[in-house]
Amino acid sequence: MPDAPGTELLAQDLREAHGDDAVVGTGFFRDKGAIEVAPTAIVDVLQTLRAKGFKHLMSVHGVDYYPEEPRLGVHYELLDRDALDRLTVKLRVTIDAPNVPSVTPGWPTANHQEREVYDMFGVVFDGHPDPRRILMPEDYEGHPQRRDFPLGGEPVLFTAAETAGKDYTLGADQPRGSEKAKR
Amino acid sequence: MSDVTTTDYRSTEERIDVSQRVQTLPAPAPDQELLTLNMGPHHPATHGVLRLLVTLEAEVVRDLKPIIGYVHTGIEKTAEDKSYWKAIPVVERMDYLAYYFNAMAFCGATETLLDVEVPKRAQYLRVIHMELNRIMSHLVWLGTSMLDLGAVTVWWYCFRERETILDLFEYSSGQRMHTRYFQVGGVMEDIPAGWAEKLRKFIKIMPEAIDQYLDLLNRNEIALRRMYGTCPLDLETLEGLGVTGPLLRAAGSNWDLRKAMPYSSYEDFDFKIAVGSRGDNYDRFAVRMQEMKESVKIIEQALDGLPEGPYITDDRKVALPPRHELATSMEALIHHFKLVTEGFRVPPGEVYYPIEGPRGEYAIFLRSDGSSKPARVHMRDPSFVNLQATLPMVKDAYIADLITTLAMMDPVLGGVDR
Repeated sequence: MPDAPGTELLAQDLREAHGDDAVVGTGFFRDKGAIEVAPTAIVDVLQTLRAKGFKHLMSVHGVDYYPEEPRLGVHYELLDRDALDRLTVKLRVTIDAPNVPSVTPGWPTANHQEREVYDMFGVVFDGHPDPRRILMPEDYEGHPQRRDFPLGGEPVLFTAAETAGKDYTLGADQPRGSEKAKR
Repeated sequence: MSDVTTTDYRSTEERIDVSQRVQTLPAPAPDQELLTLNMGPHHPATHGVLRLLVTLEAEVVRDLKPIIGYVHTGIEKTAEDKSYWKAIPVVERMDYLAYYFNAMAFCGATETLLDVEVPKRAQYLRVIHMELNRIMSHLVWLGTSMLDLGAVTVWWYCFRERETILDLFEYSSGQRMHTRYFQVGGVMEDIPAGWAEKLRKFIKIMPEAIDQYLDLLNRNEIALRRMYGTCPLDLETLEGLGVTGPLLRAAGSNWDLRKAMPYSSYEDFDFKIAVGSRGDNYDRFAVRMQEMKESVKIIEQALDGLPEGPYITDDRKVALPPRHELATSMEALIHHFKLVTEGFRVPPGEVYYPIEGPRGEYAIFLRSDGSSKPARVHMRDPSFVNLQATLPMVKDAYIADLITTLAMMDPVLGGVDR
């Protein structure tokens, strides 16, 4: 694993290659380095890190940092199989402009995973070859993994109650979002 | 009784040469009509509710789109509303054939955040249960995938040994599946009296049982012709697609997290990594068969070297105090009350904890905001990522080979959809 100074050195290299604005910050937690980058620089940063040996993108996942701003985060877990290193590259975007360049053209493994991040958090990946929802139905509204999305606010489909014209959904008579606020 | 090794049938078996199989298919004719077909979501050969939108030209697969989400139950969302120790059962239910691995990834991530040391005995007990789980998962894979190829018999033999493993799980934890045996800081209970003897009996019969399965299949012309040389995929493409586990090793990579980045004391055990050479369906089959044998070896070593000592950390802020202390110690009572009601608080931070499961890299991404409930739980499930390799594998192959490939990929839809 790159140690804390090693992570700083990597970040310094990235700053030199892509400008000072490309790297927002670095972190080192529980023996693992993390570099936070500007959303616009993600494709270049991953490409540079690939040349440094981090050839494998093991995971892409989203985070909602609610109530912090910018709220949405995307994490890229890189792996170097020769040096046995792992490194996290993160970026943050706001809810109003959740646009991140897609890394799928360079890293085919990101295809399904970026779709999942879009589905669950609403991060829009520009340049993704197939930018659709993946786990939720295509006509679904909202992004359920966001922290302000209520638990139990989901209407139950195809129930006997529904056919009888009744609605037994928890909190169905209240506007969306009030469920969480009440607790 | 005549010697079965010299019968006519046996000599015919010896002469089977599957390497002569011709796999060259003509390029699509421009005027050929394409047929779009839905496979699934309830086709029994899809190992769960997987839907494949297949574009066929006669019998040849030209395009394929996996459509998933039919068993999406929002486990990651549910886990955010539970305290850490209550989230273990829901996380276990993601990939329902690898529950010990799900629990290990989650507990490992939580322990990393808490910076808690797991006692050696607990680590060994975890290894024993995980390797039993790996064998169990591979047995289900073998049984069902051979069922897909039309061989019913193998299934019965596989489930015979699987039942023995599930009995062991029931003996040590009270549950056959989704045992919730792994606990943050260690395991729930020490193994009961007599369990080790039962396990020893099992590791004695298991290598023979694996040879029995191989006897059924390794000379079976139908199975061999359907697996040998079909749908290979090269290492570079597989790595680009993020494929891990037996699928990757079948193509020649020796990447195994148990060896490369050991966790839970895997560095103590001597075992080999099964590696294929051609990356076809037969290699995928052979790698898993060999992995089961290696798992037996690991279990044997772990059982022989099982250290004495506590089975869970003595950090009272994380693990429940022993029952007898509650009657005499006020402090133990307070700890018990706090742990059961609120749960333990976890220092803020983000970790990614990967382990090697039966299908590849299982990893939990865990974010804590300092409260007693996780702020984000994400499972990097290997089935979900590996599924992307379906199209490159089966493109321009027969639809019958698609069934074989899907069987050999062994996706578990509970893990894909979560």
